Amino acid sequence: MSFDLNFIGILIGAIMASSVPLILAASGELITERSGVLNLGVEGMMIIGAISGFALMVITDNLFFAVLGSMISGLIISIIFGVLTQSLLTNHVATGLALTIFGIGMSAMIGKNFVGIPGKEFPLLFVNLKENIPFLGPIIFGHSVILYFAFLLPFLTNYFLRKTKIGLIIRAVGDSPTSASNQGINVTLVRYSCILYGGAMCGLAGAYLSLIYTPQWIENMTGGRGWIALALVVFATWSPIKVLIGALIFGGITILQLHMQAVGLRIPVQLLSALPYIMTIIVLVVISRDSRKIKLNTPTSLGQIFYKEK
Amino acid sequence: MYKNFLRYIISVLFLLGVSGQANADFKVGFVYVGPTGDHGWTYQHDEGRKAVEAAGIKTTYVESVPEGADAERVIRQLAQSGHDLIFTTSFGYMDPTNKVAKDFPNVKFEHATGYKREHSNVSTYSARFYEGRTLLGHMAGKMTKTNVIGYIASFPIPEVIRGINAMTLAAQKVNPDIKTKIVWVFTWYDPGKESEAAQALIDQGADVIMQHTDSTAPVQVAEKAGVWSFGQASDMQRFAPKSILTSIIDDWAPYYVERSIAARDGTWKQQDTWHGLKEGMVAMAPYNSAMGSDLVKEVEQLQKDLASGKAHSFTGPIYDQKGNILVAEGSVADDGMLAGMNVYVKGVEGDIPQ
Repeated sequence: MSFDLNFIGILIGAIMASSVPLILAASGELITERSGVLNLGVEGMMIIGAISGFALMVITDNLFFAVLGSMISGLIISIIFGVLTQSLLTNHVATGLALTIFGIGMSAMIGKNFVGIPGKEFPLLFVNLKENIPFLGPIIFGHSVILYFAFLLPFLTNYFLRKTKIGLIIRAVGDSPTSASNQGINVTLVRYSCILYGGAMCGLAGAYLSLIYTPQWIENMTGGRGWIALALVVFATWSPIKVLIGALIFGGITILQLHMQAVGLRIPVQLLSALPYIMTIIVLVVISRDSRKIKLNTPTSLGQIFYKEK
Repeated sequence: MYKNFLRYIISVLFLLGVSGQANADFKVGFVYVGPTGDHGWTYQHDEGRKAVEAAGIKTTYVESVPEGADAERVIRQLAQSGHDLIFTTSFGYMDPTNKVAKDFPNVKFEHATGYKREHSNVSTYSARFYEGRTLLGHMAGKMTKTNVIGYIASFPIPEVIRGINAMTLAAQKVNPDIKTKIVWVFTWYDPGKESEAAQALIDQGADVIMQHTDSTAPVQVAEKAGVWSFGQASDMQRFAPKSILTSIIDDWAPYYVERSIAARDGTWKQQDTWHGLKEGMVAMAPYNSAMGSDLVKEVEQLQKDLASGKAHSFTGPIYDQKGNILVAEGSVADDGMLAGMNVYVKGVEGDIPQ
């Protein structure tokens, strides 16, 4: 057992790789929630993205189409949620839960013929730099292009929400749909767009799992990562940068517990898998004690049905 | 009023139809814990089912049945719908199988890897996978350069611990310096977790990886990292052609055919079967020539000796981690001890999680 610098670098690299699906899904969901829509269907959209990406990879043998297709299918699935909650004004929570159950079942059905097929190697960038530079090499280099995108995404999201006009509109819709509507903003359209964006990002998160992380299709392969992503948005108090930090913490817990076992340290595995949720509850308690902090980023109309009177 | 009457008529007709069918032809049902395409545990059971079908006996199966309340419902439904013999192929189906067996004394039940035979129409069967682990240990001990063998374990039950011990004992015999590092993932089937575990073991210096979980994820990680690995339950060679040295194959087909024919001909009797290399219930996939022809010959010889009974996976002296003697010199562990094995042998790192 060695704890040299290079080993720590490898460890950090592994943690980064495991946090990618969380960052992607949570960043997408964050935009959806900032517009005032609570979509609990993250797990369902992720698993649909995972099977679509893998199926397209097998059929077209083209990774670009596979990744693109997974995003489109995540988006299509989220349309169902959009129509139900925005046009038919159904309850967000119930619809989101239904979407997850639907996604898991649907993906298993599509995936029937894709079980047991080996995946294709996804190209990793700068592999030689990874091996030649100690410590920093395995952290910065040798990852897939989707990982770099995922680590850039929270910063882009932050900029988008704070500095652009569309970002401001989304926040306005999330905070007070009635006032936004009175200002002439089409609330339903904004919310639809945010739902679709969230769907596409969840699809991409799923594709990362089935194309890069464990290149194969397995029923239920997201393994609850969608729920962790949902918890992560709350944990991050709806701030994109904190999503990144939270994803690294949550991803780090999984990787570190396996390493601790391999070293021979005894830790209750069940407790560690519950840790992301426990931490989220703690954060919820902390933020609810400090109302100023909640108000900063929490979309106040989250999960409420908006109906424009005509 | 007439509505209820109609319902009654329909259900009577339905029941008649079902029972008539049961008398007319003999049917065998299978209950699987995973999808038939998992390329591991369930896949092999389904191969066995196909062999029964090829022998001219009708079969049906239900896949991806969770161990729990659902299992009982599915088993009951199979029994009700005229199946004469039902194979339930996962450890967790043990209690539901016995429960349903009580209500259907004329249906025969066969439960894999369990030990409860509460009624005369329940048999149990399992394979001596540990004999395969002994061969894996021999190869691992010879092939490792770092002297660290990584082992991905599922649940701390005797079957898994037996495999870890058999492998470690065999590896120690050819290489006294080896260490077995174990990561428990607490799942039979979660490729994400399995591959993270494989990667963690490789990062910790393991250059041979083996698994007691069912997905192909660990061998794929091993292939990418350039370390050796072994397939589980079925031949996983095509998922990691360079890395896999061999796979332990579960071959249920002969047993399923034999028992189905016995049930059809009325010669079926309750029994407890534990077959291994000798009977062919445990088989080895072709050995990877990358390990050199000498080693291949050695392993093939060992395989023959295990099958003939000349060698035994648990030959004394065997010590536990604290150095207490488990099996005395010159004797071998009996089946009772093997079935309830719950301590590590010397040389395994860490403790068994509770």
